[in-house]
Amino acid sequence: MDKLTSWGQYPYVHADVKTPSKEELPVLEFKSYIPRGLGRSYGDSALASAVVTSKKLKHFIAFDKDKGLLTCDAGVSLDEILRIFVPQGWFLQVTPGTKFVSVGGAIASDVHGKNHHIDGCFSEFVQSITLVINNQEVQCSREVNSELFYATCGGMGLTGMIVNATIQLRKVKSAYIKQKTIKTNNLKDTLAVFEEHQSSTYSVAWIDCLSDGAEFGRSLVMLGEHAEQGSLEVHQSGKLTIPCNLPSQLLNKYSIQSFNFLYYHRIRNRETNDFLHYDPFFYPLDGINNWNRMYGKNGFTQYQFVIPKEAGYEGLSEILKAIVSSKQGSFLAVLKIFGKENNSPLSFPMEGFTLALDFKISDSLFPFLNKLDDIVKKYKGRLYLAKDARMSESTFKTGYPRWEQFQKVRDNYGTLESYNSLQSKRIGL
Amino acid sequence: MNNVVIVGATSAMAEAVAQRYAEDKANLFLLARNQEKLDIIRQDLLVRGANSVHQASFSANEIESQPQCVDQIFDTLGTVDVFLIAYGSLPDQDLCQKDVNKAVEEINTNGVSVVSLLTLVANKMETQATGNITVITSVAGDRGRQSNYVYGAAKGMVSTFLQGLAQRMHKSNIHVLDIKPGFVDTPMTAEFKKSALWAQPEQVAKLIYNRINKKSNFSYAPSFWFAIMSIIKSVPKFIFNKVSL
Repeated sequence: MDKLTSWGQYPYVHADVKTPSKEELPVLEFKSYIPRGLGRSYGDSALASAVVTSKKLKHFIAFDKDKGLLTCDAGVSLDEILRIFVPQGWFLQVTPGTKFVSVGGAIASDVHGKNHHIDGCFSEFVQSITLVINNQEVQCSREVNSELFYATCGGMGLTGMIVNATIQLRKVKSAYIKQKTIKTNNLKDTLAVFEEHQSSTYSVAWIDCLSDGAEFGRSLVMLGEHAEQGSLEVHQSGKLTIPCNLPSQLLNKYSIQSFNFLYYHRIRNRETNDFLHYDPFFYPLDGINNWNRMYGKNGFTQYQFVIPKEAGYEGLSEILKAIVSSKQGSFLAVLKIFGKENNSPLSFPMEGFTLALDFKISDSLFPFLNKLDDIVKKYKGRLYLAKDARMSESTFKTGYPRWEQFQKVRDNYGTLESYNSLQSKRIGL
Repeated sequence: MNNVVIVGATSAMAEAVAQRYAEDKANLFLLARNQEKLDIIRQDLLVRGANSVHQASFSANEIESQPQCVDQIFDTLGTVDVFLIAYGSLPDQDLCQKDVNKAVEEINTNGVSVVSLLTLVANKMETQATGNITVITSVAGDRGRQSNYVYGAAKGMVSTFLQGLAQRMHKSNIHVLDIKPGFVDTPMTAEFKKSALWAQPEQVAKLIYNRINKKSNFSYAPSFWFAIMSIIKSVPKFIFNKVSL
């Protein structure tokens, strides 16, 4: 039995962890387990008493140079894909904020990136998936076993173990990004800037959650486009490592406030233009290995919710105000506008606003987050399963009304009993 | 380093070395027993950028087929820049003690067959007057220990052979490198409990790749095994015989 946790270092479980090779996978003796990639989900979605990792499923299978179609094992990381394909002029169509996730994990969480409003989720560029379900190989795509395909994208590993997939890459001329940073004065201004730049390929805002009054919701909005010029050089591996858990008192109201102040005032003008490598643009925190240890040994959770567009400024500001007044500050608060919802019943994004905040685990945190849940529910929003470690069954089921459809697919393919995580049991799946 | 041969190419360390050469767009010639596994690795290396990947069957216990096999490699590639021998088996010491056939078989697999292959390859490389021969042996060959001295003896045989070969080949500008890994987390050692001393195959592969490029003669991988083995080698026999290592 190993002591196992995920990125948030909360919770820990004692788990029987197996790392089978491709040949061993169909003859596993677990009755029920949860598949696990690189363990970058924050909470308990890849935790269970029995866990099967994709660490040994790490081969590339085929690449169509004309179409940019890559077939690879589920355990291949986005980092590896970039290392091999950027020099050949290819990039990911959709990438989350870290490259240290596996292809299987990216599909199971149906991850999104700064281009969701234009391109949608990771699964939009997945052509087909091979799963092992109860020791049988099953193929699925939009054409074949389509129900299973949609349920698997965003399905948190509950529809079987993803073993390989074919994904579409994006042709690029350069490894560089043209970035425009716009400093906004308040939340209204921030939303207006998003509106004005909705045709930008990439957009995201960093909100200063601790500023109040007239400056409530002041932000740095970052926009990006792939550059036409510049070399196709690949990223370097991270130089800094946080070697052990830091004392959790290090992150307090004062240190966070000063960080936010410095970060915001670092940019002097309303508009700044930069030309930078994809690595700092997409993966600013990947440069620091184990940055999760900053939050100390009790761990942290990331609260990411989305509320529909109709909830608008009113909904967003109500939640933000609750956070500001709680003083349970967050180190990072990221705002993004999502495009349309897709066909996958458990895929997180829906047309509207999403905000992600980190909170270090403390006694007072969960009651506070329950209050935030109520506001999210009121506006018909939902929480991101890949980040969650604590939402209630009712919060989940109100937020994801297509959960019954998901369960029906699981029932049809016989995965209800055989694939379960701590999270799936908590939220009634 | 355009033309790279790897014998025992399905081993975890060998595969990680092959990936590095594939990214360099090398022509690879892979040999191993299990052709199905080799098929998967060949496809992977082609996607990673290898210019070409050849594959052939190789079994350590068929010494008589080696001359033909070596001819095939050199005929296919022309010149060979790197010849890496990475195969081996980790025997059950108890079994080797009880069954003399098992002991001899393991000495043949890990020792005799490698010496045989090296003799054939060295003669070919000598006429090329350029290139590298690398063999993955083991720290176990440095001093016999009761827990695995049959394995250790075979690896030690190869290491001693390589010392002489390196001296001989130096005149012909051939770099001979003996890599002695310590504990490496591979399928071969899946049953062991892992401690801080264990290295990942990718880490050892990087060392091998760099040492070949720099024509280094340093064997221990990771390097800290130099210190550990210096101590183990220097313990006097009257103490050594009383400890359980």
